[in-house]
Amino acid sequence: MIKQTHLTDKYKAVVIGGSAGSFQPIVQILSSIPRQFPLPIFLCLHRLKHVRHGFVEALSIKSQKEIAEPLDKESIKKGVVYLAPANYHMAVELGNSISLNTEELINNSRPAIDITFESAAYVYRDKLIGVLLSGANKDGAIGMQRIKQRKGLTIIQNIEESMINAMPMAAKNIVDIDYELKVDEIISFLLKLNELYK
Amino acid sequence: MSLNTGEIEIAELRKLTTFIQEKFDYSFKDYAMSSFRRRIRRILDLYKLQTVDELIQTLNTKEDFFQEFVSELTVNVTEMFRDPTFWRVLREHIIPNIMLNHNKISIWHAGCSSGEEIISMAIVLDEMGILDKAKIVATDIDRSIIAKAKEGRYPIKHMEVNHKNYSRYQGKYSLQKYYTEVGSEAIIDKSLLENVSYRKHDLVQGSVFSKFDLVLCRNVMIYFNQTLQNQVLHRLHESLFKYGYLVIGSKESLIWCDIAHKFIVVNNEEKIYKKIKD
Repeated sequence: MIKQTHLTDKYKAVVIGGSAGSFQPIVQILSSIPRQFPLPIFLCLHRLKHVRHGFVEALSIKSQKEIAEPLDKESIKKGVVYLAPANYHMAVELGNSISLNTEELINNSRPAIDITFESAAYVYRDKLIGVLLSGANKDGAIGMQRIKQRKGLTIIQNIEESMINAMPMAAKNIVDIDYELKVDEIISFLLKLNELYK
Repeated sequence: MSLNTGEIEIAELRKLTTFIQEKFDYSFKDYAMSSFRRRIRRILDLYKLQTVDELIQTLNTKEDFFQEFVSELTVNVTEMFRDPTFWRVLREHIIPNIMLNHNKISIWHAGCSSGEEIISMAIVLDEMGILDKAKIVATDIDRSIIAKAKEGRYPIKHMEVNHKNYSRYQGKYSLQKYYTEVGSEAIIDKSLLENVSYRKHDLVQGSVFSKFDLVLCRNVMIYFNQTLQNQVLHRLHESLFKYGYLVIGSKESLIWCDIAHKFIVVNNEEKIYKKIKD
């Protein structure tokens, strides 16, 4: 399963990307990890641009985690889940803060997973864990490639388990992915990490 | 630049911004790094340049390249009636409040980009029957985008999202009323823009040039770091009459700025502030 070398407390952040078919896996993950999980989690999910409300609430129903849509230049806190807001790209900035921007759509999406992943890879280098879940386009593939290049850890949702596998497949096609895991396995990996930080 | 990833290093960006400051007197050093780096990467790809040094060389030798560079660097993606709920609050509360004590209204679009926000404003005022009472100033750092804003021509394919936004805004008519289709373009009714004056203005280095009842600076400062946001807010504050309104983007905030206390929050959801202290 997970190699011993990947079970360390060196990581500083987790990024998770998802699109069609990722809502349930996300809810599962967020409801399984403890409130005091030691890393910030950046969540970039494709969502309707004009619906500004309700997403955080929907994700919060079953989770104990603090889930927030960040404001531009908000400081990053451990243990918080940052959800990319509707109609903004979300990037990690050097100096421990988050930047939002309204640049062009990427892969027809804003927020785009590639932007969140690439910027996080740049800042956290080998101390980043990237997780790409079910989805219907190829957003996130370039981002995963960048995480890999910067020596971070890359995980895709198991291709058979993914409700729509185009997105994890796209990443798999261009990146030598570290792990292809079922949602349960992703959760157990995160829980093991949680223990390591204690 | 790292060869295996094509990644641009911070030191290279510093070199670029220093060069630009010295040669062209534009300051990009306090732009938010994540997006600035992406924009520069994009420009390298677009002009098939291999390194930041090559970009500097090109800027140094090709006379008119700098204007193009500025256009490509600045983000010019916007919509008419972006955040429809904001425009409703503007129509129902903010503008009526300003008009309560005045017979006129002065508005500044700081960072007007291709002009969609100006058109939205003109439509709001027109439907309220007060367009002739408005003095609108629109500024941007990029000359060519101002020219575009003045023209008021947009690809038809962009109009779909504008229509959706307008209908969520619950305008009086149909957006169709305000433009004519010619070929693949929507040409905005020029009478909407009669009271608009356009000028090139750099929020970072430009001076305060007038005072306004209402300043819109939405999703502009997100491209700046906190230091620069703070500086710019000082200028915006100076550009407002006391009790004038400032609007920023729905996910921006003033709380980190040192003069935040000179404003009160009028609507936190739509990020509308009122200047209460000089």
